[in-house]
Amino acid sequence: MSKNSSLITTPFSKNNPITVQILGICSALAVTAQLKPAVVMAISVTVVVVLSNLIISLLRNTIPPRIRIIVQLVVVSALVVLVNQVLMAFVYDVSKQLSVYVGLIITNCIVMGRLEAFAMTNKPWDSVLDGLGNGLGYAIILVILGFVRELFGSGTLWGFPVFEKLGLYSIGYENNGLVILAPMALILVGIIIWIQRSADKSLQEK
Amino acid sequence: MQEFFNILVKSIFIDNMIFAFFLGMCSFLAVSKTVKTSAGLGIAVTFVLLITCPVNYLLNKYVLQPGALSWVSASLANVDLSFLSLILFIAVIAAIVQIVEMVVEKFAPALYNSLGIFLPLIAVNCAIMGGSLFMQQRDYSNIGDVFAFSLGSGIGWFLAIVGIAAIREKLRYSHIPAPLKGVGITFIITGLMGIAFMSFMGIKL
Repeated sequence: MSKNSSLITTPFSKNNPITVQILGICSALAVTAQLKPAVVMAISVTVVVVLSNLIISLLRNTIPPRIRIIVQLVVVSALVVLVNQVLMAFVYDVSKQLSVYVGLIITNCIVMGRLEAFAMTNKPWDSVLDGLGNGLGYAIILVILGFVRELFGSGTLWGFPVFEKLGLYSIGYENNGLVILAPMALILVGIIIWIQRSADKSLQEK
Repeated sequence: MQEFFNILVKSIFIDNMIFAFFLGMCSFLAVSKTVKTSAGLGIAVTFVLLITCPVNYLLNKYVLQPGALSWVSASLANVDLSFLSLILFIAVIAAIVQIVEMVVEKFAPALYNSLGIFLPLIAVNCAIMGGSLFMQQRDYSNIGDVFAFSLGSGIGWFLAIVGIAAIREKLRYSHIPAPLKGVGITFIITGLMGIAFMSFMGIKL
């Protein structure tokens, strides 16, 4: 049982896919200018990681090693097509905002990385837990980034005008436009890594 | 011809794959430790982009777009296969990477040795898939524009990774706070380079 719970919890901190494994950066940075697309993206990636981990783990003994990358790509891209269609049907505006990054879940290194490193050699239930843990670990960082960037960049949260209601604009506060732009996302991830590695010395690089 | 150069310059500097869209970040961060290997990866990415984007453009234009199949027979004019584009694009990319690897190994062993492990890994590089998806989204009018776009994106990616690798080589002699060593400082430098590249944004072509 403790092994199972550690499968879910280590990706939150010690083995976080973004800040420690450095996987899946592209989408994490590109979709986090606002909170809502960040949350939708996090849910989509988690669903794809869990299901593809499950499917590959069930098939792991029948996949010939030489063509495993192609098999993994086919499974993942079939799942992403499904996710893409669901997003277009139910949250069309968000799916427009995410644009190409939904399709790029296929090449998201977290998905391929977990398939290759875990699902190919482990039982289905463990793989589901591992996928869930890594998906949620990815989600945490996306939510933090989306929260900070939307709050300080546009003064809103989930479209709700927080700073306007607090009356900050009337006393001379201005939104920081740089936070919405691409480079600031990179610097924010750098700062998150800085904070995390200051707290946990074992993660520091020599 | 002017259109060709406009798209080329635009995709190198203004719509840079790394600094504007974060595509191919994973290998960008993992491989950029020395200039030599990053130049190898940059060339490989440019090469594969140049082949996959035009192929996917033709696929999109003659098979996937709404009404694209009307050249087969008029009864297929209403067919819309665009939901299949993700799965077909990645299949094309994986197949082409495999073919390119075999051709390069056979006819240019020196290049093959210098690219080494990077060539097969490119199949799952977001920059390649992203190139095809942006090409589909921006709806380029002819194949020349697509060539310009893929060449420009590749060169932009090459410049970015060689630039960061050169900075990281020098950084080895600097005193960086211990928690920032390695990836942390690389993220921040990439952000600063991104700000520098933003100065191209005002240029209208």
